[in-house]
Amino acid sequence: MTEAILDIRDLRIALPKGSDRPYALDGLSLSVASGEIVCLVGESGSGKSLTAGAVMRLLPEPSVRVSGGSIQFEGDDLLSFSETAMRDIRGNRISMIFQEPMTALNPQKTVGWQIDEVLRLHMKASRAERRAHALEMLDRVHIPDPPSAYNAYPHQISGGQRQRVMIAMALSLSPRLIIADEPTTALDVTTQLQILKLIRELQREDGAGVLFITHDFGVVAEIADKVVVLRQGEVVEQGPADEVLNNPQHPYTRTLIASVPDLKPPVPKPVSDPPVVLSARGLKKTFGARGGLLSGKRRAVTAVKDLSFKLHRGETLGVVGESGSGKTTVSRIVTRLLDADQGAVELDGKDLLACSPRELRAMRKHIQMVFQDPMASLNPRKRVVDLIAQGPIVHGVPPERAREKARKLLEMVELSPAAADRFPHEFSGGQRQRIGIARALALEPRVIVADEPVSALDVSVQAQVLQLLADLRDRLDLSLLFVTHDLRVAAQLCDRIMVMQKGEVVEAGPTADVFANPQHPYTRNLLSSIPGKDWTPPVRGIDAA
Amino acid sequence: MTVLDTDIRPEGPSRFVAFWQRYRRNRAAMLGLGLFVIVVIMALTAGLVAPGDPLARAADPLTPPFTNSSVPLGTDQLGRDILAGIFYGARISLLIGVIATLISIAIGVLIGALAGYFGGWVDDVLMRITEAFQTIPNFVLLLTLVAIMGSKIEWITLAIGIVSWTAPARMVRAEFMSLRGREFVDAARNLGVSNGAIIFREILPNAMPPVVVYASVIMALAILLESALAFLGLGDPNYASWGNMIGQGRAVLRTAWYCAAIPGIAIVLTVLSFSLLGEGLNDALNPRQKK
Repeated sequence: MTEAILDIRDLRIALPKGSDRPYALDGLSLSVASGEIVCLVGESGSGKSLTAGAVMRLLPEPSVRVSGGSIQFEGDDLLSFSETAMRDIRGNRISMIFQEPMTALNPQKTVGWQIDEVLRLHMKASRAERRAHALEMLDRVHIPDPPSAYNAYPHQISGGQRQRVMIAMALSLSPRLIIADEPTTALDVTTQLQILKLIRELQREDGAGVLFITHDFGVVAEIADKVVVLRQGEVVEQGPADEVLNNPQHPYTRTLIASVPDLKPPVPKPVSDPPVVLSARGLKKTFGARGGLLSGKRRAVTAVKDLSFKLHRGETLGVVGESGSGKTTVSRIVTRLLDADQGAVELDGKDLLACSPRELRAMRKHIQMVFQDPMASLNPRKRVVDLIAQGPIVHGVPPERAREKARKLLEMVELSPAAADRFPHEFSGGQRQRIGIARALALEPRVIVADEPVSALDVSVQAQVLQLLADLRDRLDLSLLFVTHDLRVAAQLCDRIMVMQKGEVVEAGPTADVFANPQHPYTRNLLSSIPGKDWTPPVRGIDAA
Repeated sequence: MTVLDTDIRPEGPSRFVAFWQRYRRNRAAMLGLGLFVIVVIMALTAGLVAPGDPLARAADPLTPPFTNSSVPLGTDQLGRDILAGIFYGARISLLIGVIATLISIAIGVLIGALAGYFGGWVDDVLMRITEAFQTIPNFVLLLTLVAIMGSKIEWITLAIGIVSWTAPARMVRAEFMSLRGREFVDAARNLGVSNGAIIFREILPNAMPPVVVYASVIMALAILLESALAFLGLGDPNYASWGNMIGQGRAVLRTAWYCAAIPGIAIVLTVLSFSLLGEGLNDALNPRQKK
């Protein structure tokens, strides 16, 4: 047994008065040994990021502060250190990798300058030596052409490369402990897998301990040696990764693991030929950045080129792709929130894209949308009942009737009728998304376009919302155009999927076929990058929520 | 299922109560509110405290303060009661402050909302107009307008409104530009809501908090602008306003300083109250900005 680098005992973090609970963390104990990756897993609000803050001594004191327990780092009590002593440790012996590499890097300074800053603060070496070391680090994180990356500004390199730079910075002084706070959440799956592999590889070489914070059990399966599961600030289960993943003991862990969408696509529906509800032909959209009076035009970006598809009644068509593939553009063209350059979207034989503004307003009730961010898509100043009733009222239903119906819809999306008179901020993410779904249903549309409707939600809530969408689709015979980056989610819900890359469909077909036998190399790459794909969750199926 | 989340959190305190609790924590803001209430009370009770015409002669000219109990704050060179002037002046100052602010906010919101929501050439045209106004120092513009329209109190108020709409317009435009890209606006469009309803019913309520805060600044500026006009002798002579009093007191500044100083103090305290009020509103409306 190797000695522990980090040893947290009974850590307790107090929250300011009036918070939803007195302690953000209550009695957290965990240890990280050298050469070990410990995953701290939990849903949002479980206190996992505050743990990182406590170890780095970067809590927003005094309102949030450590009120009990100890944090031992290589035998020293971190909580007793002065601020100056801590500064010496941060970045040098303990370093951190953040979630969002764009905001964690200073946009005004070159990549090289920022790596050099870490070295300058903690290393006594000449400028030339530091530069050599920085270049070596960039090489170690497999950035192509390190000298040019050294001189680049953060916006000039891709998201995955920025995260590599962050890792290079974090590892440049060979820290004993690396804290990674959701380092791959903002990245595409293919990049995510590369970054996970990189962290694993570098950590093996240096023998550092890693405290890896994540909400994603797929990532846990990919990388963890040990797992600690947090709920509401309390540890519910911890143990070796194999044990926790394949034989979870605590009911909460079981629920979480059961909520991880299965990679097995649904059984194809018996072959009948329902009528086509929505058909898109030859859609094309180019974003030419608008030049002002004095500035010249910037280079145009083709978001969607020549896209066609058909959506049958009662069917779910998944649009899958990484960021920049044009999938969101498709959802916005179909609902005409964006005007396409070319093409036609036919709904019941009428071309939506050729409608006049007045016709369009009438047509809108047939095609509704569920948005990605349930907070941003609900007007914070309106009551829930008004939010849901708004659509029908606009389309001429008397307000009283519309409100009455809105209350019924709340029941349909499994919210209590008391929700009607509240404001959106009083609800949790999952509840808000239910409100968003109720709003979309209020107009009794034929087609619902869902743009990443569950990607902002915790995994257990995700499963419930997906279940709700599937139920409603079957009950109301809706057609669903489902845009997602998450192949696990797509596998759950979609009858057919189309895989998009750089504005083009590279592959389309029944979900089961595409998953079992991907034809295009890009699809194969996507499928093989799903984190934890070799791990099969032990608890099968999802309890009816 | 243990993590089913369909039960709803207990209802928090209502918006207004929460707002008031946050506001109350700021002592300076409470002082501002106190001063503001005093000014409002003065305006309301002017007729009770000093019945009759405040511009009529009340006692011997240039009576110093605290010497004659019928005119506690003394009289000016025409024998007019300074206390009555202060009370009636509060009416004029508040009236000008409120109406000029409403005018400037109305113009600013309209132009800012259109420019920010539609963007493109609408934005270009409206912003060039705004900039044209901004390049002229607003007091110079005010003098010009008053010179053209004459110094009746209605015209002065309108002119103050016209010279101070540019800042709220830019502010509303910026708010609209960031809010129009939010998903709830797309959601409303997707329901078939018309542009007008989106601008005024969906976005505007969300864009108002900073405008409300800025309104207090405009109010203070409007009072100052009116005083400055009156000081230069361009105020409406038919009303007792604080600026008029200072303007006339200027002539006797060396022998009877109190004629100018007392209304001066009233202006300072009123403007201070609006500034503190604005800052308190800002903190209470944007609780996340500080700590």
